[in-house]
This record gives sequence, C-alpha cells and structure tokens, in this order.
Amino acid sequence: MFRILSSRMIVPNIHLLTIEAPAVARQANPGQFVIIRAEEEGERVPLSISDWDRQMGTITLLVMNIGSTTGRLAALRERATIPTVVGPLGNATEIENYGTVLCLAGCYGIGSMFPIARALKEKGNRVITILEARSAYLLYWEERLKAVSDKVVHITRDGTRGFRGHVGRLPEIIKGFDEPIDRIYANGCTFMMMRSSQASRPLGIKTMVSLNPIMIDGTGMCGVCRVRVGGATRFACVHGPDFDGHEVDWEELLQRRKTYLPEEVVPLQTSGCDQHAHIVKETVDG
Amino acid sequence: MADPQPKKLDLHRREMPKQPPEVRQHNFSEVALGYPIETAVEEARRCIQCKKPTCVFECPVEIDIPGFIKCIAQQDFTGGVSILKNKNCLPAICGRVCPQEEQCEKACVLVKKGGQIAIGRLERFLADWEAAQGVLGIPAMPPSTGKRVAVVGGGPASLTVAGDLIKSGHQVTIFEALHKMGGVLIYGIPEFRLPKAIVTREVEFLQSLGVELVTDFVVGKTRSIDDLLEEYDAIFVGSGAGLPWFMEIPGENLNGVYSANEYLTRLNLMKGFLFPKYHTPVKFHKRVVVIGGGNVAMDCARSALRLGAESRIVYRRSRQELPARLEEIENAEEEGVIFEYLTLPIRYIGDENGWVKAIECQKMELGEPDASGRRKPVPIEGAIATFEVDAVVCAIGNSPNPLIGATTPGLTIGKKGNIEVDEATGKSSRDRVWAGGDVVTGAATVILAMGAGRQAAKSIHQYLSSLP
Repeated sequence: MFRILSSRMIVPNIHLLTIEAPAVARQANPGQFVIIRAEEEGERVPLSISDWDRQMGTITLLVMNIGSTTGRLAALRERATIPTVVGPLGNATEIENYGTVLCLAGCYGIGSMFPIARALKEKGNRVITILEARSAYLLYWEERLKAVSDKVVHITRDGTRGFRGHVGRLPEIIKGFDEPIDRIYANGCTFMMMRSSQASRPLGIKTMVSLNPIMIDGTGMCGVCRVRVGGATRFACVHGPDFDGHEVDWEELLQRRKTYLPEEVVPLQTSGCDQHAHIVKETVDG
Repeated sequence: MADPQPKKLDLHRREMPKQPPEVRQHNFSEVALGYPIETAVEEARRCIQCKKPTCVFECPVEIDIPGFIKCIAQQDFTGGVSILKNKNCLPAICGRVCPQEEQCEKACVLVKKGGQIAIGRLERFLADWEAAQGVLGIPAMPPSTGKRVAVVGGGPASLTVAGDLIKSGHQVTIFEALHKMGGVLIYGIPEFRLPKAIVTREVEFLQSLGVELVTDFVVGKTRSIDDLLEEYDAIFVGSGAGLPWFMEIPGENLNGVYSANEYLTRLNLMKGFLFPKYHTPVKFHKRVVVIGGGNVAMDCARSALRLGAESRIVYRRSRQELPARLEEIENAEEEGVIFEYLTLPIRYIGDENGWVKAIECQKMELGEPDASGRRKPVPIEGAIATFEVDAVVCAIGNSPNPLIGATTPGLTIGKKGNIEVDEATGKSSRDRVWAGGDVVTGAATVILAMGAGRQAAKSIHQYLSSLP
C-alpha cells in the first residue's frame, strides 16, 4: 500500500498529491509516469510524475478530476493509502543542450513540464515557458516554473492573462522573441499537443509531445496504448511517451482515447457523491 | 496391498463431468468440474504401471506419474499429493492447462489403443482433493543457505524457480510488475478454464514456504538487473511475452480492435466483466471476430461469447492445423463459437466514428508444406469474404517483453527480441543471470515455461552451492 502524504486542490479541478513511493522516487526522471490504482476494484491509470524527492521517498502528481479514478483519487486525504503506484514507467525525456527551448504547458501538463524545464535549464539551455489555460485563475506553479525558466509567457483563452487565445497563436508569439527557437516541448491534453504541433510545423521546429493514450499494464504487454507515429504503430508505454509531434497521427489518437467514453460515465452515476463524501470523512476522522 | 493392475486392459477412459454448453456459455465459472473420487480411482486403476514410464520422459518437469497414479488407485491421496508436489509446485494449474495430449498422455502405451490414461485429470484431482482438505501440507524445509535469489516476473516459470530454490534452502524474492502474482495465469487465462482462486492458492503455498512476493515492481524500470545484482547472488528472469503482434493491415488501430492481451487482461486481471463494481470498463459487443487459432484465440472467443456476443474465429489454415488444445477447440465448438477456416484478414473497415464495422478476408486453400511442416495456406484469387463486426481480437502471438533487454547491458538478445540462454541450463550471457519461459522461447505453454524454470533452478542451485 502507498500512503498519501498530502492532497489538495490547487486550482479548480486540479489536485496536487504527494505520495510515499520510495522505489519510484529513487529512479524517477523527467517525462516518466506511474500507473496507479485508487482502490482494490480500481482501474489502472497512467499519470505523469510532476516531481519527486529521492531523500524523502515521495513523488508528486497533478491529477485532473475527469472521471471515476481521478475522482476517487481527488477524494483521498492525507494518510489514506492506495494499492498500486508502479513506475517510473516510459522513457525519460531526452534532455540535451539544444540552445533555446520552448516549453509549452497546459492544464495538468503544467505539472509534468516542470521537471522537464528544470532539467533543460540544468543542461544549459535557455528556457522559455509558455503556460496555457482557459483563464488566469486556472494557472498554477508559476513561481516554480519561473525559477527554472529564463522567461515565462502566458496564453489564456479569455485573455485574463498574457496573450488571448490558445497555442495556435504560437507563430506570432515566437516572432516577437529576440532569439530563434531550437526545439519545442509540449505537455498537456491530447488536443492541446495536437494544436501545438500543428502550429509549430510550418516553423520547422522539432516539437516533442508526451502522449497519454489509454493504458493498462504500462509495460508493453497489452498494446492498447498504440499510436501511429511516422506511419508505424508504436506503443506509448515502452516506445514513448515522448514522440515527435509532427509525426503523430493525431486524429487516430483522439479517436482511440474516446473508446470508453460512454462507460466512463457509468461509475460516476453508480458510485455517487455520498460515497466520495464518506471516503473524505473517514480519512479526515481517522 | 491390492494389485491396482487389472487382468484385461480397460480402454474405457473415464469422462470428466462438465457444465453443459448451454449453461456455461453464459457464465465465467469453470467448465470442467473434475473427477469425483470413485471415477478418479477407477481411472487410476486402468494404469498398467509400465516399468519404463514413457509418460514421465515426455513431462518437462519429470513428475513421477505412475507413482502418483498408483497412490490414487490405492486411495492414498496424501501419498499421491506428496509425490506430485515433489516435482511440481503447481499441480492444480498443470492439471488444467497443460497440453497433456501432446506430452505425457501422448506417450502413454495405451494411446495406440485409444484408451490413454487421463493423466492431467488425475493430477488435477489430487491437487483439488488436497485443497478441499483445507490445510496445505508444508514440506520439511532445509536449513537456510543464506544465499539470495531475485526472480523477475510472477508467472509459471518464475513460480517454479522460486519453489525449487526455496526448497533447496535459498532465500527467494519474486518481483512482479502487475498488482497480482501469477503472470499469464492471472491476466491471460480466463476464469472458466483456470479459476483465479487456484492460482492464488498456489501462490500462497509458495509464500507459506517463505518466498517473498513484491508486486507493483517493474524490473528494468523500478530497479535494473544491475541494481538487483548488488543485493542478490543470482537472478532468474521470467518476464514473459510482452508486445502483442498485430498483422499490420489497414484499419488495425480502429476502435474496437484489441490485442488478445488487452481483451483478456480487462476481463481476468481487472475483472471487467463485473463492471461497474470493478471500475475497468469492457464493451459488451454483439459480433466479435477473433484472429488466430491457438489457446489464446479460443480463450478470447469463448470470453466474447460469455459477454453475449456472436463469436467467430478466423484462422488461415484448416481445423487440422489449429494449434490450440483439442479439448479447448471442442469446448469452443460445443459452446457455439463459429469457425471460419482458410480465411485470412486483409483489411478492417471503420465507420464514421472510427469504430471497426467490418473485416475483409481473403479465402485460402492449402498448398505445399512450409518450413513448419504444415501445409501452407495460399490465397484463392478473387475469393473475398466480409464479416460485419463491432470488435476484433488479434490473437496471433507476442514478442518477448523488451524491458529487461533494453535496460541490461551485456545481455545477449536474439533476433526475435528473446533473451538468449544456454539451452541446458537457462544461463544467459550475463554472469549470475538466468532466464526462462516466454521471454526466451516466445509465447509458448505453461508447462514449457515451468520446465525451463526447473532447469534454471537446478543450474542456479548448483552455482549457489559452489559459492563459499
């Protein structure tokens, strides 16, 4: 069993969890993920590792409450335990000195971008971070990212912070910079990474994305996470999760992610809020 | 002592009761119900106790088959269990899923007369009898040697290695990537063929002997082989077959096209058929086509049937060449799985939402024998068959799991991604590292994996005994 050391909602619907998982913490690297189960009857779901503390043996996850498992995770409180945290899985993000690197982060991807930006900075890159959100109140970890970036830019859908719109404005934003961009990393939902790749393609800048298809085991056994990259079928868990965004078949990926959409609604209906409230009460009282 | 050997050969092989097909096609409970005591004794008494037991020579783990059968004939079940367990830690599993007709039973001298002894069913009988007694006997254990062995993967090869080595006095830790021990026995083989409670029981038996079990631990990721070598005197890698094969034909990534591993894992390991009580979703499809003809294909097709689908197996050769066990083919046929022989998928057709809706196949005929010795299927020009489906399960095989190879410098990996080992000992190219099972052979059977495990355990024990 793995103990939750802290859990809180840091912006609406996004939860910051610190979990005791020393074996994972010891080996974690930027770009890797864990598979967790929130309870014995639970599903196995992949979540990016947003930070770790090797001495304390802890890892940090940012969880967006969008379905049954993420909902249950979000309901867990300090001292609660979960049955599975396995990893670190997937290949670490390739970090070299590329020159000037643009880190594009949105939504739960802001968390997983943090260790990547930090590692890029440590390698001597000039790091420009673009944080994207629907509105300014959904931005988080700005201070942490500022600390490892040379510049932080914002894009909000409603224009409450920085540029108004979405990552499709990338070409004009880049035009405003003094220096050329040598490489782009994009972390966020599939749709955001697709848009980022589409926007950077005409600029001819290599754009790495961190894919998040449906997974079960995370070690290459089940094959559900397959994605078409450069015309070949690859398994995101063992060949990825990072791929060249210009090579990814986005339409297929978006469609495969929808496979269980109707079923995902069922546990929400049947589990009910009262049960979540009960978990919260139990963990707070206990 | 009564003479179990009858005067005249009794060629009447005793049948094992089964759930009727019309009942079992709607449930996930075990199909075969096992011999009642009287039937087991009757069947055992048919054994003529050959002086040269050819059945034993064909058993990869060399179980003393006449020995345990003689005990059943004399109604000494306790004695039978101890003979059986002397060579086999997993009798309840082997009695159910070993291809006996290709191994021990094929070598039975009565096979020529069509009345070979039902060795597998008798093995299963003893294992189940012991379980029904409630308490599993723990054999006398030797003093600890203080040597430590890490076993990678919790499947049949690994469980065998662990059992053998702990009985030799070594300390054993098994590292399993999933949250449950058992490997393919848990995630792959369905409940109706191998109840999970039986796997759990056998795993608990190992635990009672002192084997340490670590789940949720991916060797090659959580720790590397090199890390483990710092703490352990020897390592056995039984990480199994990962990476499912696909045919690389158009439409293979449409929604509704599964690998057998995904399909079976959702059902078995994750208990998706109990959704939403268990949270992993499965689809209740109306028409399912399973590609392939092995045991895994049968498991998928029969699972689909139990989820309420019209279930069809598409296989490119004829019934004669089906690689699955005959018993499983017959079970599938009885339950109503439809077989399309000499049929090869060439294209999946999707609907406007990206879901598979039809599968286009090339009809084949059998030509000259190929390298495998089987007649090679060749296309009949212009003969195309199309099936409307809402799901396809690809059960055509797997490559060995690549994680260990990719993260272990100096480990020799073969062309097929397999770990290369010395055939007689299971020793890999790395010092103190052995391997066996599917990661060496590619997808094969439970008993072959166990045989490899036994061999490796012998070699590991020899090595550990040579240490100061």
